[in-house]
Amino acid sequence: MLTAGVIVLASFAYVGLLFAIAYYGDKRADAGRSIIANPYIYALSLAVYCTSWTFYGSVGRAATSGIGFLPIYLGPTLMAALWWYVLLKIVRISKANRITSIADFIGSRYGKSHLLGGMVTVIAVVGVVPYIALQLKAISTSFTVLLQYPDMATPYYDSAPLFLGDNTFYIAMLLAAFTILFGTRHLDATERHEGLVAAIAFESVVKLVAFIAVGLFVTFGMYGGFADIFQRAAAVPDLRGLLTLGGAAGDYTTWASLTFVSMLAVLFLPRQFQVAVVENVDARHLSKAAWLFPLYLLAINVFVLPITLGGLLHFQSAADADMFVLSLPLSQGRVSLALLAFIGGLSAATGMVIVETIALSTMVCNDLLMPVLLRMKSLRLIERRDLSGLLLAIRRGAIIGILVLGYLYYYLAGEAYALVSIGLISFCAVAQFAPAIIGGIYWKGATRLGATCGLAAGFLMWVYTLLLPSFAKSGWLPIVFLSEGMLGIDLLRPQQLFGLTGLDEITHCVFWSLLANIGCYVGLSLVRRPGAAEHSQATLFVDKQPSAAGSRFWRGKASARELAGLLGRFLGPERAQEALAAYSAGSGKPHGDGVTADAALVHHVESLLAGAIGSASARVMVASVVEEEPLRVHEVLEIIDEASQVLAYSRQIEQKSLELERASTELRQANARLKELDRLKDDFVSTVSHELRTPLTSIRAFSEILNDNPQLDTPERKRFLGIIIKESERLTRLINQILDLSRIESGRAEWQLSDVDLKDTIENAIAATSQLFTDKNVGLQAHLPPNVPTVTADADRVLQVLINLLSNAVKFCARGAGRVEVRLVNEPNQLRVEVSDNGPGISKSDQPIIFERFRQGRDTLTDKAEGTGLGLAISRQIIAHFGGTLWVESELDCGATFAFVLPVTARIETAAARAIAAPA
Amino acid sequence: MGGLTGQRLIALFLLGCLLLNYPLFSLFAGPGEVFGIPLLYAYVFVVWALLIALMAFVVERRSD
Repeated sequence: MLTAGVIVLASFAYVGLLFAIAYYGDKRADAGRSIIANPYIYALSLAVYCTSWTFYGSVGRAATSGIGFLPIYLGPTLMAALWWYVLLKIVRISKANRITSIADFIGSRYGKSHLLGGMVTVIAVVGVVPYIALQLKAISTSFTVLLQYPDMATPYYDSAPLFLGDNTFYIAMLLAAFTILFGTRHLDATERHEGLVAAIAFESVVKLVAFIAVGLFVTFGMYGGFADIFQRAAAVPDLRGLLTLGGAAGDYTTWASLTFVSMLAVLFLPRQFQVAVVENVDARHLSKAAWLFPLYLLAINVFVLPITLGGLLHFQSAADADMFVLSLPLSQGRVSLALLAFIGGLSAATGMVIVETIALSTMVCNDLLMPVLLRMKSLRLIERRDLSGLLLAIRRGAIIGILVLGYLYYYLAGEAYALVSIGLISFCAVAQFAPAIIGGIYWKGATRLGATCGLAAGFLMWVYTLLLPSFAKSGWLPIVFLSEGMLGIDLLRPQQLFGLTGLDEITHCVFWSLLANIGCYVGLSLVRRPGAAEHSQATLFVDKQPSAAGSRFWRGKASARELAGLLGRFLGPERAQEALAAYSAGSGKPHGDGVTADAALVHHVESLLAGAIGSASARVMVASVVEEEPLRVHEVLEIIDEASQVLAYSRQIEQKSLELERASTELRQANARLKELDRLKDDFVSTVSHELRTPLTSIRAFSEILNDNPQLDTPERKRFLGIIIKESERLTRLINQILDLSRIESGRAEWQLSDVDLKDTIENAIAATSQLFTDKNVGLQAHLPPNVPTVTADADRVLQVLINLLSNAVKFCARGAGRVEVRLVNEPNQLRVEVSDNGPGISKSDQPIIFERFRQGRDTLTDKAEGTGLGLAISRQIIAHFGGTLWVESELDCGATFAFVLPVTARIETAAARAIAAPA
Repeated sequence: MGGLTGQRLIALFLLGCLLLNYPLFSLFAGPGEVFGIPLLYAYVFVVWALLIALMAFVVERRSD
């Protein structure tokens, strides 16, 4: 058969190959050409889920419970369908916050809590150590079987001395050395190990190939295919029970609870978190891995039942069914196949141990030891120049320590349990993380208090109902602890707690521990609101997009040199310089010793440190160099003030736009007015043209008559010439008036101001128009008081107004019966002049119109307008110029009264004028 | 992230939970065989493979 030398040589050759792959992977990563950046490698690395428990243990469990081993793989398959939501979110959060382990994740979520991170670490270590022991047991047993076959009945470890005399101890230490070389060669801020992942993916291929090779050999080499094996098994009464569910396979409750626990385990086992979250290159790989990984699980399980049944048929015994994968090829003399199977089992075990111990050592270092060491002032760690050596030493020590613990568990308790049962103990332990994580990424109200107490309660329940009984079964505790309960109290029997019976130990533990866990988590979270730190972290974790808001609320001073120094102490000076240079190149901000760090740089350094030593420790370290001023009330107020300034600014803008709107409305109105004026001007021009054309036309018509008829008699000729002269005068008058009006309107008229006696002016006007009155036989009466004060005006202009009013009055009076009255009234400070007639009057609607240019009240009798239509417009302008007003009072058929007032000359001026006039 | 893909995957999760648990599961837990393979084994592996195939189908044909 095989000698120990060959087996050891083959093992070392295999490990050497792993190293080569890891080395190549790291080289490629350094060169920027990653070989693991694709979903296939990612899915294969996830298959670290399949350990030696899968490789050897599935067959062992199937030998006693048939299909009962499958929930361990069906759970992850179902969970993979939810990765799209759950795992993707965890990966994104972890990338944004540089989370490096599951302890870091939970601690960070609940306000960067040291206590919580430390607790998760303790639970993970305690919970996973049995699992590591399982791997050691598998390697050791498989080695023994391979070496001693067929004398495999003697358990090897019974007689072996502890530690140095025991092969398993050497295996453990070899694995430790291997892990240290793989995982802690240097310290990296991202905590990613590309070479390691490549090696793990390779191991997943090896174990799958080895297992399928054995399966094919057993199924088709030893037997005649699947149907043959199953039919032979069905013929054996003892094996028939394995082909159905119920009875030996356990009930549906066990089935469901195992599915549930493994659903949680595939997310929250430290090694799964490490490969799925921390080592993830690109979150997009998740979607393809979500079906590739279950496919891998399916493939590695297809041959479990044939191998189991084949082994049971061949050996006629379920003893050592764990090792059928090796013993079946050996029984057929297939030594090389057995060696391949051994290498497959070795790869399953080493893959698990390496990743698990790296994940655990990171947690022990970052979340358990460093926070404690940094706080122990006597160690003066904060002042040490280079801490990267210390960090590496702690991690290496942690790896060795964890493997020694695993070895001790194996040595002391390994015999009592089959492989699968040990693994399930670990599954139940890590299931305790589920409420804190799942709740933490979907429920903002979850608090540190709730998470801490929930974890503690769940963990204690797990210890009491599963771990302590496993110790009792191993003989560490009196066995009566199981049968009679703690202190002999029946209700406290650990596996029938409070009298609950009818459940297997796993289901029993899952029920009680998660009940206590979720109960405390939810219950205590509802007791009070989360604090400020918890709330800000909760927002970061629950709301999907990571924001830079964290740096917004930072007030402090630090020089870039101090920060670089701090980073250098943990990462090594060179890596620190590289990281800062990369940041400065990326952000476009200068870096160097003299620069004062801004909030963004401090935040960046803190996140870099978080990658190396965990977020909670990073906060402590950054705080040690940064003169951080806690946010005070007035600073909060300032921030609020800034916000309100922004508000005020926007209000200003709103106001401006209102003003603009108003201005544009005014402009629009002005424009409309301009258009109206333009239209009026056009009207005016066309009216003037019309008014000018009328006399021109008649002048021309009569001139042509005279021209064409030289034989016209003299009276006729005279009459026509008279018309022509009259029309020419009218034309001249019209043009004069137009010129006059435009002069007045444009302010270019010449005014000769003097003290005017209105009584004289009225008398002059009456004299000037007396011929009109006589012609039309209209009576005129003037009521003029003897003494009136003077007004300051242009006498000619006022005369013009009076003549206009008088001639208008005559014009509208009936021939013979017409009466016109002129009245001068002395009023306080002003004189009023009225010109009344008993003509047809002016309707109310016409009254405003008659003062406009070319608008005349129609003669209701003849419907013929006389005059130019400009007189009243000019009169009103003249009176207005002297500070008076001109208006009309009239009713239809009751005559009309035109009146104007003019202010009297100020008395002093009058007196002065008299004084000057007196000597003359 | 396509909302429809996520919903389909959740539906698959629920379908898997339903098919691989009591009571539907119990319909296939008894004696019997398909092409020489025990009914229980055949059922579990066929459902399992079907779930994976559906997941692959849903994930790979998403448009985003």
